[in-house]
Amino acid sequence: MSTLSLARAPAGRRAFGGRQALIEKLTGIGFATPAIILLLLIDLVPLGVLGVLSFTDYELGGTDAKYVGLANFSKAMADPVFRRSMWNTLLYVAIVLPGSVGLGLLVAILVHGRKRTRSFYEMVYFLPVTATLIAMATVWQFLLHPKLGPVNAFLRLIGAGEYAFLSEPSLALPTLAVIGMWQLIGFNMVLFLAGLSSIPKDLYEAAEIDGCANGIDRFLTITWPLLGPMTMFVIVTTSITAFKIFDTVAVMTRGGPMGSSEVLLYAIYLEGFQYFHTAYAAALTVIFLAFILAFAVIQAFVLDRRVHY
Amino acid sequence: MRAAQAKPAGAGRIVRLAGRLLGGVLVHGFLLAGAAFMLLPFVWMLVTSIKPPDEIFTATLSFWPKQFYGYENYSFALTSAPLLRFALNGVLICACILVVQLLVAIPCGYALAKLRFPGRQTLFVLTLLALAIPVQVPALPLYIALADLGLLNTYFAIMVPFFLSVFAIFLLRQFFKGFPDDIIQAARLDGMSEFEIVWRIVTPSAWPAIAAFAVFSIVAHWNDLYWPLIVISDVKLAPPPLGMMFFADAETGSNYGALTAAATILTAPLVVAFLFARRRFIDGITMTGVK
Repeated sequence: MSTLSLARAPAGRRAFGGRQALIEKLTGIGFATPAIILLLLIDLVPLGVLGVLSFTDYELGGTDAKYVGLANFSKAMADPVFRRSMWNTLLYVAIVLPGSVGLGLLVAILVHGRKRTRSFYEMVYFLPVTATLIAMATVWQFLLHPKLGPVNAFLRLIGAGEYAFLSEPSLALPTLAVIGMWQLIGFNMVLFLAGLSSIPKDLYEAAEIDGCANGIDRFLTITWPLLGPMTMFVIVTTSITAFKIFDTVAVMTRGGPMGSSEVLLYAIYLEGFQYFHTAYAAALTVIFLAFILAFAVIQAFVLDRRVHY
Repeated sequence: MRAAQAKPAGAGRIVRLAGRLLGGVLVHGFLLAGAAFMLLPFVWMLVTSIKPPDEIFTATLSFWPKQFYGYENYSFALTSAPLLRFALNGVLICACILVVQLLVAIPCGYALAKLRFPGRQTLFVLTLLALAIPVQVPALPLYIALADLGLLNTYFAIMVPFFLSVFAIFLLRQFFKGFPDDIIQAARLDGMSEFEIVWRIVTPSAWPAIAAFAVFSIVAHWNDLYWPLIVISDVKLAPPPLGMMFFADAETGSNYGALTAAATILTAPLVVAFLFARRRFIDGITMTGVK
């Protein structure tokens, strides 16, 4: 069928071309229209509205709003809650990022060398990625309970004392960070495994002949340089995910104790959807977006480099 | 090659063998310790969900329950909160979102990959930009609009921000780009409309990409909390994470037997699906990174 049609094609192409181009134009626009409408309604128009709101004093339910310039942004700079949230969010990223990237890489390298047990480890480490974090957060809360939780029961058993992981201000954020790592290590491991399998085997054999006998040498001369682009990519995606921390805070600590686990998205949520300080929340969202876009620019840059590798 | 390098002396060989054995023990020791950390919450969730309250409240490290209390915990959880309703809400929401996402993204991805039309380049750049914007950014204006329209507390409100997946458009565009032009041209000359070409010829070929995207989308929306928390206050409409939150609040976090039973019920669908289709899940969720 298709051979016949192809044979016919060249003869009629010229006359066909103009009409075909028109059909293509119309169907192209037609096919893209639903997506364009949704893109406008869900992303572009709200983005514009958000920008405008951040320069006003609008509050949900209020009838009028006036232009206040940068007042919301200078308010944010002076707001202790916002400053603390920003600091805590960055601190959270600073803990989760090296932890989940480093451990993800280490686990990937060790799992990559296994043959029979590889799929078992892959499955176990990936399991937290699919689990509903809110449900698991409730379980973590129980695990870490000062009196009833098995973690403290174990610590008492070995004589290490008792820790109120979630109600001690200095421990709350690091504890949430450990849970964040628990969920991210498997994800990063899989990305690193993909990177590792793309490294040609004969490179290692060549290195062995050249005298790179032990594992650390091989890692430093081959694995690490060739894994570089993937590592950059994992660092950026992990930063974005960690920067968006919200779920565990909302369920386990609600920003407490004493504001020690207040984070940016939780602050935006409270201001925008609990206190209805809409304009102020819009300004905070603009700041949030600025960070996300900064990460995205780095990511685009990294992806671009990956293509040329 | 390895044999050529090995020293002829038997003693050296034994040392190397012992070294490798020790290495293996260390590697497995490390990996198993990590695996235990990964599994700890799951195992403890299952065990606690079948323990009676007095065993939960005696804070000793006893692993297996002396008295089986699973029936009581699960039936309490199921009767005091509409857990199955939450799970059904999750299924409904994920299914509707996925169907609309595909209905919108497939033709758009095809148009971007294979058709010349004015504004194509602009649309593609906008798609790439939108790729970076998480739902938390347009959340405020969308919330105001839904409140004005009286649409808060509806299934529509939960789903609408996700009807457009720029990620799906991007992924399918990349996939369709590799589809041979000759076949499309032949179908055109056979009198097939572009509509038929998209749905009957090109889409079936994109099955792996669609399956991977489906996993990605379902996992993301089954587990999403931020947006449902904002637009839903009616318990009956809650998807699983929000339902879990309502339930935990109502139980004031003390009835751990019932709480872990509820957590088990709401986590089970995805975890079981993952155990059955491991490869597809891993590929689907991580394809953002690999592709």
